[in-house]
Amino acid sequence: MELNGSQIVLETLKEQGVDTIFGYPGGTILNIFDELYKYGDTFKHILTSHEQGASHAADGYSRATGKVGVCFATSGPGSTNLVTGIATAYMDSIPMVAITCNVGTSLIGRDSFQEIDITGITMPITKHNFMVKSVEELAPTIRKAFKIAISGRKGPVLVDIPKDITAAKCEYTPEPAQVPDESKKAKKHCFEAAVELLSNAKKPLIYVGGGAISSNVGEDLITFAEKIDAPVVSSLMGLGAFPNNHELHVGLIGMHGRYEANRAAAQCDVLVVCGARFSDRVAGNRGKFAPKAEILHIDIDAAEMDKNLVSNYHLRGDLAEAIPALTKAVEQQSHSEWKEEINSWKRPFVQNQIGDYVNPQLVIEAADKYTDDDAIIVTDVGQHQLWAAQFYKYKKPRTLLTSGGLGTMGYSMGAAMGAAVGCPNQKVVMFVGDGGFHMNLSELATMASYQIPVVMVVMNNTVLGMVRQWQKIFYGNRFADTDPHRATDFVKVAEAFGVKGMRISSNDEIDSVMKAAIEMNEPVLIDCVISPDSNVLPMIPPGGAHTDIIEKM
Amino acid sequence: MTEKLILAALVKNTSGTLQRVAGLFSRRGYNIDSLTVCETEDPRFSRMTIVCTTQPEYVRQICQQLLKLEIVEKVVVLNDENAVGSELLLVKVKAQGIDAKNAVLALNQKYGARVKDVTLKSMTLELTGTADVLEEFIDKVEQYGIIELARTGATALERGEHSIIDDVI
Repeated sequence: MELNGSQIVLETLKEQGVDTIFGYPGGTILNIFDELYKYGDTFKHILTSHEQGASHAADGYSRATGKVGVCFATSGPGSTNLVTGIATAYMDSIPMVAITCNVGTSLIGRDSFQEIDITGITMPITKHNFMVKSVEELAPTIRKAFKIAISGRKGPVLVDIPKDITAAKCEYTPEPAQVPDESKKAKKHCFEAAVELLSNAKKPLIYVGGGAISSNVGEDLITFAEKIDAPVVSSLMGLGAFPNNHELHVGLIGMHGRYEANRAAAQCDVLVVCGARFSDRVAGNRGKFAPKAEILHIDIDAAEMDKNLVSNYHLRGDLAEAIPALTKAVEQQSHSEWKEEINSWKRPFVQNQIGDYVNPQLVIEAADKYTDDDAIIVTDVGQHQLWAAQFYKYKKPRTLLTSGGLGTMGYSMGAAMGAAVGCPNQKVVMFVGDGGFHMNLSELATMASYQIPVVMVVMNNTVLGMVRQWQKIFYGNRFADTDPHRATDFVKVAEAFGVKGMRISSNDEIDSVMKAAIEMNEPVLIDCVISPDSNVLPMIPPGGAHTDIIEKM
Repeated sequence: MTEKLILAALVKNTSGTLQRVAGLFSRRGYNIDSLTVCETEDPRFSRMTIVCTTQPEYVRQICQQLLKLEIVEKVVVLNDENAVGSELLLVKVKAQGIDAKNAVLALNQKYGARVKDVTLKSMTLELTGTADVLEEFIDKVEQYGIIELARTGATALERGEHSIIDDVI
């Protein structure tokens, strides 16, 4: 049948199973929005306050559901406003398709109104991007965009469509949804070497990263850990991949990770890396990370092998295939002494009580107490992010959404909306600092308009806590622009947007307020008055090793 | 310890390809010495010859990063044993009067360079060869005074009877 470009965009999205789009209209994307209007209920379009919110929402939707998130934006500033969200998704390997429109082909290259070279701008932050030059290319390009987003190591793809192409007509034939390209299989000798290594390990340790979540390896990871009897540490991105209440769970590793997790990495003789990249926040000092270990690196992305840390054994491939295969090939192992050794190093995370301020640890533990294992925790970036990583007990994959790679302040509002829209049967609790909340609080309007039931917990210390913490340690307490002490009344802000606002001013209010907020099925903001002097501890200074750990400040 | 690395990359012949490859090198901090692009015998593909200076342990990483680009089909590491390479030099030298011109011509003959343009005061010479030979030639003509010069950077083909495209299609 003959369709116009806008109809083709929507039809190809329908082919891919897309039913939710986050976006913002504008001049060049008008044709597509006009069709969206005519398509009625086929798509749920969430109009955000700002395109950045739409891109974070598509990202949050994707992280929570495992599906491809989709966002729409117009040319020029509409497209550039997506950039931070696309970069955030790229750094965390989140599959997403951003569709932008550009000025008509006859206006391109003339600095026309709202013209921008968005493919040029997003080249380094997308897996790939396209500018569609003819309506005939449109459907194949969008299909290809989905294919790229979900194949191999996942990530964002952008498709830029000049306005005239959204109106031009051509024949359209529906096709089935794209499936990921088959991932490369690990070589036989590499696999055999890995089995041999795991069979002879005395002090094995598993280090999981975001790949353990995006691969959907699921419970096979637990079976694997049990079979090789190896304790499991996790990067921030990997939290949830391995249940917190499992006997083999050691927990967060890295800069603000558990002492015993970092010490275990330093002492292990075999380190099995599952979909992680030895980021500088995990291996601060690459030369001193896992110095005694033979490293088996399992990753779908061959370019991760030896990128940050040279490893002795490589298994390239999908964890969802490699892990069950290894489990099958290895005999049951037992390492009770090693497990006891790690247990003996245990030093629980503790957040010191400061004056009469609300203790963030208790707030997060209360959120844990009143939510079930399926609840989705979304964080912004900063101290509260690490507290949410330390004190909430994640038991399932896709229950912690956080900007781990790019560290995007302002991420949480959009991401929480996306998660809540994508998973209406799961409770979404969002933690944000007052700094990050100020960045994108305009999305309160979206929360209110669509009555998106997110519990937004503002950890309000009136300062830029994490940066301030670094100033305490490395800059002689010179608090350059981290002490704004803004007078914003977040409860009033929430109410002004039509969102219920609550406040926790002391520890004894935590339980009742948190419980009430979680039980409500509407957007609600909680302003938590915490101390400007709280720190995230322990901390391994940047470039440091586990022996440099700071436990008191 | 750094070494010279020559890569042949078979890439899709689409717009923006050069930008994608050059962008990868700059954002990952790899140094490009030279880069040449041309359409191949199959118009769907272009061939890039990339010369860069790097530490040997990064060679695999550079190749893997290139292969992650959607447009890159294949990457081959080239060296003197498995490939033949060449570069084109154009150099304009001062050459006023018959003696100067004769001297330049004698040098040309020794290196197999060709004269592409002559004026009252200058001669423009063309030479192809490996980077070492071109550099030697440049050193020699320097005595006459170089007005300007242009080099293409190396381009190279694997030795033998096959094509880089053979196992891609």
